[in-house]
Amino acid sequence: MKKQDKILTIILIAGLFVFILSADLFFDSYIKRVLNLCAIYTILALSMNLINGFTGLFSLGHAGFMAIGAYVVGIFTVPVEMRSMVFYLKPMHPLIANIELPFFAALILGGLLAALVAFLIGAPVLRLRDDYLAIATLGFSEIIRIIITNAQSITNGSLGIKNIPPTANIWWIFGTAFVTIVFIILLISSSYGRAFKAIREDEIAAEAMGINLFNHKVLSFIIGAFFAGIGGGLYGALLGTVDPKNFLFVLTYNFLLIIVLGGMGSVSGTIISAFIVTAGQEWLRFLDEPLSIGSFDIPLFRPGFRMVVFSILLMLIVLFYRNGLMGTKELNWDMLKRIGSKFSFKRPKGGEAK
Amino acid sequence: MSNVVPILKTQGITMRFGGITAVNNLSIEVNPGEIVALIGPNGAGKTTAFNMITGVYTPTEGRIIYCGKDITGMKPDQITKNGIARTFQNIRLFKKLSVLENILIARHLRLKSDFLSATLRLPQYRMEEKQMREKVDVLINEFGLSKYQHEVASSLPYGVQRRLEIARALATEPSLLLLDEPAAGMNPKETEELTHFIRDIKERYNLTVFLIEHHMELVMEISERIYVLDFGETIAKGTANEIQNNPKVIEAYLGVEEDA
Repeated sequence: MKKQDKILTIILIAGLFVFILSADLFFDSYIKRVLNLCAIYTILALSMNLINGFTGLFSLGHAGFMAIGAYVVGIFTVPVEMRSMVFYLKPMHPLIANIELPFFAALILGGLLAALVAFLIGAPVLRLRDDYLAIATLGFSEIIRIIITNAQSITNGSLGIKNIPPTANIWWIFGTAFVTIVFIILLISSSYGRAFKAIREDEIAAEAMGINLFNHKVLSFIIGAFFAGIGGGLYGALLGTVDPKNFLFVLTYNFLLIIVLGGMGSVSGTIISAFIVTAGQEWLRFLDEPLSIGSFDIPLFRPGFRMVVFSILLMLIVLFYRNGLMGTKELNWDMLKRIGSKFSFKRPKGGEAK
Repeated sequence: MSNVVPILKTQGITMRFGGITAVNNLSIEVNPGEIVALIGPNGAGKTTAFNMITGVYTPTEGRIIYCGKDITGMKPDQITKNGIARTFQNIRLFKKLSVLENILIARHLRLKSDFLSATLRLPQYRMEEKQMREKVDVLINEFGLSKYQHEVASSLPYGVQRRLEIARALATEPSLLLLDEPAAGMNPKETEELTHFIRDIKERYNLTVFLIEHHMELVMEISERIYVLDFGETIAKGTANEIQNNPKVIEAYLGVEEDA
């Protein structure tokens, strides 16, 4: 990295720090919540991009791994004295009823458990390819959800877990997102990351170059699931409740939308797109409200209409702009400088002004 | 006669796909330092034989011995780790990655650090990565690829792609190099250059070369010994001269006159 770029990067990180600080102090809770959701979706989409975009495994099991993380945080951080109130239909299993963990420990445990499940699922499933892999992982994600729904003495079943302490503030969430981004960037720029990309490009050639396909696929799958679990844990703590219905397949579809939009195989594309899509889903909420001009009701505006916007967006991308925002490229200072000089004004700092 | 131990030895390997026998009872010996060719008309089973040796297929029958070790049924990546590298008939580069990355990937198999120390850039990994890059740098220079090193593999001219594929194979540090039709799609001049090139790298990297080829000039000039396959059967073996005058080989390639 050139010296000038290093300074710019430090300025950017400092700028983000100041931004989060001022957001924490001055923004209202709605905006803060949207920002937090954006950061959580960044973690989740990035971890899914590691599996799908960088290693080329078409996996659709992310909601399941996320659920595991969310539930571990839910189960172990609800204060012991409140548990009888939460588990009012069927008491919590005595083995875990008295175990309460600090938020950080529960978060890591959730990630590790998600990774363990990914390991167990990965052994049979990662021998499949393409659409078969997608169907199998999708199935496992549903299985996880159904087990959660039925293990009532542990997860409170379909009632969900309420009263999760709201530990996950903006610092926790953006801090974790930052660590995740740095970790994934370092991973994919290491020799292991190159091996992942080789598998994505050509499995037969990768294997002929001495890369053990199965081990590397499982590795990518486990790391992706770990961060999905972490993202899920933050999600649970942000919402304050977890419920099996939160983790339907539609959720995985959201992450898929983000990575296709941002570029399969681009970290910066994923980050930008996670913010655009997540914030967009909030801003477009007006489409779900009935709208009338004068006495005339516009019939299109109804609950669910905003999702149609994203479906159309996805179709347009797949048809005309298959590489998404960034393709497999990364946003770097040189690119920003070029864009800056194209518009012939002094390039402002900041990575999202694209 | 000679007590040279062959580096590669196949003992009657047979590959059947359902009712079709692609390769039947093939026994080959390749001695260290030799250049040996496997030739035959289209569909004779040459690539199938290669795929068995490199672990893509497990032979239905027979054994494959490499350096005195039975490698039958090993996976391709293990075989490469043991020292057999290959190129492909229709070039298989990592198309969207740069030349540098393509070759770096081929050094991944010698990496000792685990993923965590690689990601966290612990000292051991940093040292390994540095050595990796130095070795790759040497290869890139020797193969005349330095001006392309940051270009995407698919953007290179055809001949350079072939060269890159060989460079990538050599980055795995093989002692036996399998070339599947290295001169495919090349004109006579390029083929001649390739002939020198193969001899050159063989000497420089202390290799044994086993190749499949259709260009007879290349095969006859370069190979010390030749095996000829037709419909999966070994119909001849010997030196270039013996093969050129073998009636069975002429028949396989040109057909029998009375039948015409």
